Amino acid sequence: MMRSLLVRGMLAGLAAAALALVVAWLYGEPQVNRAIAFEEAQAAAAAHAGHEEEVVSRTVQKTAGLVTALGVYGVALGGLFAIAFAFAYGRVGALGARATAALVALGGFVAVEVVPFLKYPPTPPAVGAPETIGGRTALYFGMVALGVLSVVAAVIVFRRLLPRLGAWNAAIATAAGFAVVLAVAFRLTPTPDAIPDGFPATVLWDFRIASLGVQVVLWATLGAVFGVLSERAVRRRSAATAAAA
Amino acid sequence: MAQTAVPSTSAAGERPAPVGIPLREILPWAVFAAVLGAVLIYFVGAEQGATSLIGGTWVHEFTHDGRHLLGFPCH
Repeated sequence: MMRSLLVRGMLAGLAAAALALVVAWLYGEPQVNRAIAFEEAQAAAAAHAGHEEEVVSRTVQKTAGLVTALGVYGVALGGLFAIAFAFAYGRVGALGARATAALVALGGFVAVEVVPFLKYPPTPPAVGAPETIGGRTALYFGMVALGVLSVVAAVIVFRRLLPRLGAWNAAIATAAGFAVVLAVAFRLTPTPDAIPDGFPATVLWDFRIASLGVQVVLWATLGAVFGVLSERAVRRRSAATAAAA
Repeated sequence: MAQTAVPSTSAAGERPAPVGIPLREILPWAVFAAVLGAVLIYFVGAEQGATSLIGGTWVHEFTHDGRHLLGFPCH
């Protein structure tokens, strides 16, 4: 069972990465190009002379590099998604495979994308001082960890409250608690982001929306495709169980 | 390996109520997938940024656009 779920997870991840790639090319790359143009104009103005030697050309970065990065990310995410689904299926109420996959995708999207996005949004090239990369990386992954922990905690709290408060009130109480925890964490964590003077605000905004779009498409496709693929596998398993009985 | 570990005493005719996969069946896969996933995501998202296991900047430059667009701090 785990083997077939894992295979389906990685396939769904690859399909999700393919769609996300289209969004990245259509909406993300133009903003990356504008940010790099700004960076080069700044460097030229500051008589930064000796142009940085290109280790990998822009063409390769936009094509093979982006395809590889998204593909590997999609497969890894798909595998982890399958594991999370295996834990959730049959344990989050009487939900079928497709509904469980949709819920896991929603939870995963909130945990690893929405929570870090709100505090440490993605930055285009030229934004963020290279000296602070260590701290920013640690804070970013810390925020991902906080997102995962708080979503898991929310699920546990909701299930505890459910019998006492009913579905509606339990959901509201859980959501309120979730919001308070995040609000406090966002207030207490530092903000090291440094946007250079004169960086076009529209490019920054459009880049961040494009990045969010990439992630929305990635998670939505992952959840929907995995739901369809796993439903058949799960049904076969129930049939085998029934036959054995 | 992938034996259905559900006790066959549970009513055979009942369709709904999805049966959870036993935790002991999930765990080894979970540990392996988590380790492998962490390594892959590290190389896509962070290698040759804040920390560097391989010398040079090739991995960083190659995954550059993906890193920015997926939301990782790149440089």
